[in-house]
Amino acid sequence: MSEADTPRGASVVVIGAGVTGLSAAWWLARSGIDVVVLDKGIVGWEASGRNGGGASHYQSPLFAEEQRLWPQMDDLLGYPTEYVRERIIIQRDPALLDHYRAVGRMCSAMGYRVDDLDSRQAQAAVPLTDETCLGGIHLRFGGHANPQRTVQAYAWALQDLGGRILQHCPALAIATAGGRVVAVETPRGRIACDALVVAAGPQSGMLLAPLKIDLPVAAARAEMIVTEPAPMMAIGGVDGNGLYGRQTLRGNLAFGGGPHEWIATAPDGPADRPVSPLARNLARRVAEMFPKAARLNVIRSWAGIVENTPDGRPILDRLRDPGNVTVATMSGVGFGLSPASGHAIRDLVVDGVCSFADIAKLGLARFATLEPDWRERRGWAA
Amino acid sequence: MTAVDVHAIDGKLLPPDARFDVVVVGAGAAGTAAAIAAAAEGATVLLVDENPVRGDLIGTDVPLFYGGRMTAAVQQPARMIEQIVASNPALETAIEAGVDVRLGTAAWGLYVNGPAMRALPAPMLGIADAERATMIGFDRLVLATGARDLVLGFTGWDRPGVMGAQGFAALLTRYDALASRRVLIAGSGALALETALLALAHGIAVLGIVEVAEAVQGPSALAERVGAAGVPLFLGHTIVAADGGIDGVDRVTLAAVANKRQVEVYCDTLLLAIGAIPATELLEAAGVAPGETITRVGDCASVVRPDPAYLQAWSAAVGRHAPPETIVCQCEAVARADLIGVQPPRYLDRPVAMAARSLSSLLNDGPAHPDQIKRLTRAGMGVCQGRRCREQVACLLAEQQGVPLDRVPVATVRTPVRPVPLGVLADWQESAAMTAGWDVWFGIPTQWTPYAIIGTPEEAEHVSGLGGTMHV
Ligand SMILES: Cc1cc2nc3c(=O)[nH]c(=O)nc-3n(C[C@H](O)[C@H](O)[C@H](O)COP(=O)(O)OP(=O)(O)OC[C@H]3O[C@@H](n4cnc5c(N)ncnc54)[C@H](O)[C@@H]3O)c2cc1C
Repeated sequence: MSEADTPRGASVVVIGAGVTGLSAAWWLARSGIDVVVLDKGIVGWEASGRNGGGASHYQSPLFAEEQRLWPQMDDLLGYPTEYVRERIIIQRDPALLDHYRAVGRMCSAMGYRVDDLDSRQAQAAVPLTDETCLGGIHLRFGGHANPQRTVQAYAWALQDLGGRILQHCPALAIATAGGRVVAVETPRGRIACDALVVAAGPQSGMLLAPLKIDLPVAAARAEMIVTEPAPMMAIGGVDGNGLYGRQTLRGNLAFGGGPHEWIATAPDGPADRPVSPLARNLARRVAEMFPKAARLNVIRSWAGIVENTPDGRPILDRLRDPGNVTVATMSGVGFGLSPASGHAIRDLVVDGVCSFADIAKLGLARFATLEPDWRERRGWAA
Repeated sequence: MTAVDVHAIDGKLLPPDARFDVVVVGAGAAGTAAAIAAAAEGATVLLVDENPVRGDLIGTDVPLFYGGRMTAAVQQPARMIEQIVASNPALETAIEAGVDVRLGTAAWGLYVNGPAMRALPAPMLGIADAERATMIGFDRLVLATGARDLVLGFTGWDRPGVMGAQGFAALLTRYDALASRRVLIAGSGALALETALLALAHGIAVLGIVEVAEAVQGPSALAERVGAAGVPLFLGHTIVAADGGIDGVDRVTLAAVANKRQVEVYCDTLLLAIGAIPATELLEAAGVAPGETITRVGDCASVVRPDPAYLQAWSAAVGRHAPPETIVCQCEAVARADLIGVQPPRYLDRPVAMAARSLSSLLNDGPAHPDQIKRLTRAGMGVCQGRRCREQVACLLAEQQGVPLDRVPVATVRTPVRPVPLGVLADWQESAAMTAGWDVWFGIPTQWTPYAIIGTPEEAEHVSGLGGTMHV
């Protein structure tokens, strides 16, 4: 492909090659639809390649589909995602233990089995902890995967089906005609489309604003740390003590949690993704949770930028006007759900309605009467 | 109406534990002199130096490529401290001048506010000794962090005895703990020639200088001195392999670039002195450029990366003799073929579809970033923090893309720029606001409401009952 040529249009253009956009494109390509994904940078360069890899979001209407899909994803995509089932949440604070026991009962009542662990059982299941662990819960559902490998797996699987990915090709504007989106303007020219998916993370709101569509999102920076490899635990999806994260299949302990920073976003994305001394508060909590790992070296910390909607819930919606636009923000919890969010987006684009779950309550209409100063009201202003 | 998000970071990060007018990182000649000068002007001055480096870090080639050629003395911190003070008499002067000198203390993180971070109460430097980390505030920060080694991989480069010129100099002059007796030097620039003279001055035999180019690269005055010492020159030669046994390298095979004719050199050490990289990891990780408050002195200011074309010539020449299984990333055991094939690590299955994937297929999608290669292959993800493979990966990427090396970004450097144990890095005295406002994720209670009860009377109960701490 010559850089000078304007890329050919497609039936569907997806803006954003994070897990949401890539999964959507992959699902569209599976239905034989000609699809092209645009990204301002490299696939998964933003939140999708910088997250904790957790995949246990019982609250979502997409969760049952996610649970069905994850164990098959390596086969469906043809590339490894490092998906591993189940999670254990341990606690050393009695109040938090009670809290998570209640969460466990709630999940059990929803049909997702959770077993309580007492201190001895927790220590047996999590060899890196010690008697300071009061107990925990064992989720017999959910799991975790490697975000970076998963992003690339979606991308490659999409290409294997004939879908295209244009990296370093930001969407600059959305062109409409006759009440419909007809093309996306990029530095490489105008890319025509019959339908558009906007999955540009924190930038989605800015892209849609010129169409007089208010997609309310606020962007924030969240941080994680990772250690050198620890001896492998039978279940690597262990967290707790105020942290989320996982032991990678290589053995590294990768954890995040704690305060975020609301930041201003620019149309061309974040200039940088700095880290703060929060790494020290994270290190402390990891050392407390895994006293037997306290001597392991922390070798990196990093930050990612995620967007949140006013209620912290996703917006997955096929707009009424222009009627050929589907918007998708997962509001800070979008990695684990991505196998299913892509399916839902495919359904919205092709059929106008999600085939496997009711997602009506995730529509944009719920924010029709949102106060203009909703960010300030929540303390979310940058 | 403006509210406060109690789960946001604002107001939670503590001010520095201590503050100095001037903080100097690196107690080599330049750093020590800068500290003494600042103290003479009446400033309060902190001078930190990571030497003596923890024995386990030396074993993983952090911060220099020590290549396993240290004596057991490096495991004795007290003896090492004595030696370091003895090797740099100016340290005594600094202490007498009132400089707070802390040895065995590494600077691992520089934090400065910017457009995407306003939460810091002040710019600060994270330092750590063997026991604890401390945050230090400063008016001026002087980086005298020297240079680090530039490493290329070939068969046997992971054996004890293959080391960098900086690591060599540190073990020899700072630690007096070098186990090498007979060295062969790769490269012929000023660094290589000076390293040869340093070795000779310490009674270490120099068995040759290997240079891919047809001419010596360094200044003729230095070349003459090395020549006068009778050091053989292997011009137009490249490294094929370092062989040896349990004690590491005992011979190195070279090959002529022109006709691949091989020669063997019997030595216990192969010194990589092709070039050095200014040790500016603190700045790179913080995304900060030096300016008025943050300055560089000594090697970290004056050392220049080797000419990209020269380095690429070395990399290509070495690469011609490197079989596919040659290790590129020692920490993660990533082989050359894995890297060029962007294959996943060995603990994962390699599905059939992976066979069709390679660096060149990835490059069809646009210019690659070493971080993307790192994510896929794990090259650079290990405990040495990419020190041993960062430049190799960049060279291979440039080669595969057919572009000059300076067009390829280098893999991102991340904080902490030295490995720091969890229990040492940990902030055991965090602010009350940090503890009180801590949540697993954003602390948005409505985020975790089970979908079915959204919009039902149960919803409010759920939100107030379970709140935001609901991440599973
Ligand atoms: C530290 C951290 C930990 C997390 N942990 C978890 C977890 O454990 N589990 C979980 O499920 N979720 C987690 N998340 C959230 C999760 O990462 C995100 O919700 C998810 O990755 C969102 O994916 P996305 O594709 O919607 O958005 P993004 O990943 O933000 O992707 C958007 C893409 O759009 C591109 N883009 C933006 N503007 C344009 C434009 N104008 N033109 C072209 N392209 C554009 C961007 O470059 C980017 O690649 C975490 C997030 C962070 C930061």
